[in-house]
Amino acid sequence: MSEGTPTVVRASGRRPFFRRRKTCPFSGQHAPKIDHKDIRLLQRFLSERGKIVPSRITAVSAKKQRILAQAIKRARFLGLLPYVLK
Amino acid sequence: MSFYETVFITRQDASAAQVEQLTEAFSGIVTANGGTVTKKEQWGLRNLSFRIKKNRKGHYTLLNIDAPAPAVVEMERNMRISEDVLRYLTVRVEALEEGPSAMLQNRNRDGDERGGRGERGGRGGDRFGDRPRRSFGDRPERGDRFGGDRPDRGDRFGGGDREPRHVAGNEGEQA
Repeated sequence: MSEGTPTVVRASGRRPFFRRRKTCPFSGQHAPKIDHKDIRLLQRFLSERGKIVPSRITAVSAKKQRILAQAIKRARFLGLLPYVLK
Repeated sequence: MSFYETVFITRQDASAAQVEQLTEAFSGIVTANGGTVTKKEQWGLRNLSFRIKKNRKGHYTLLNIDAPAPAVVEMERNMRISEDVLRYLTVRVEALEEGPSAMLQNRNRDGDERGGRGERGGRGGDRFGDRPRRSFGDRPERGDRFGGDRPDRGDRFGGGDREPRHVAGNEGEQA
């Protein structure tokens, strides 16, 4: 019945709704390949300001986050993505 | 021989024919040094995200290369010399992609969606709107969790550590 880590239970006790742990969008069979040319994909991992969104929010695994950050930085160098917005 | 992907940007006032000419020149250098160019892709005139050497736009070209390193070095040297090239990036890859790159695939998808552009803008806005909200929602929660955990752990460390030390000290006196 009460499966899951204690912290999750405590958090759900405090909050009325419970959010399921998301899985990494780059793991699994049909995961997209991280590529510095695919700006449509990379743009999803940028904030409004043009910053790279932390993996604790996007649920990207640590390994993929490193690859993703590298790809975003390459795209920025080529002028495909902005360094800063506004 | 290794695989490389090169993207270079040509300045905005160069004509498409000039860009084509440059592409041929660079791939000629690669083949002259014992490599092959397996794919040449023109992305056309794109808006740059920021100004590069006073240019707001640039012609993008992608080259897929299978060549020894000296050929790539020679090609890059020529790119540095050419004043038409704003920027270039060469990346070594494990395998060269077949078919159009993600950039051109996106272009095609854009063409399909062009009818509902206003709608897409709205969706984009929602997507950006989500992120800060999510982060604000997450952070206080985590702060609470840490706050709750730390005093417990502190007590445990205090109690757990000191007692063995006393015991050890007593033993030392007895011995």
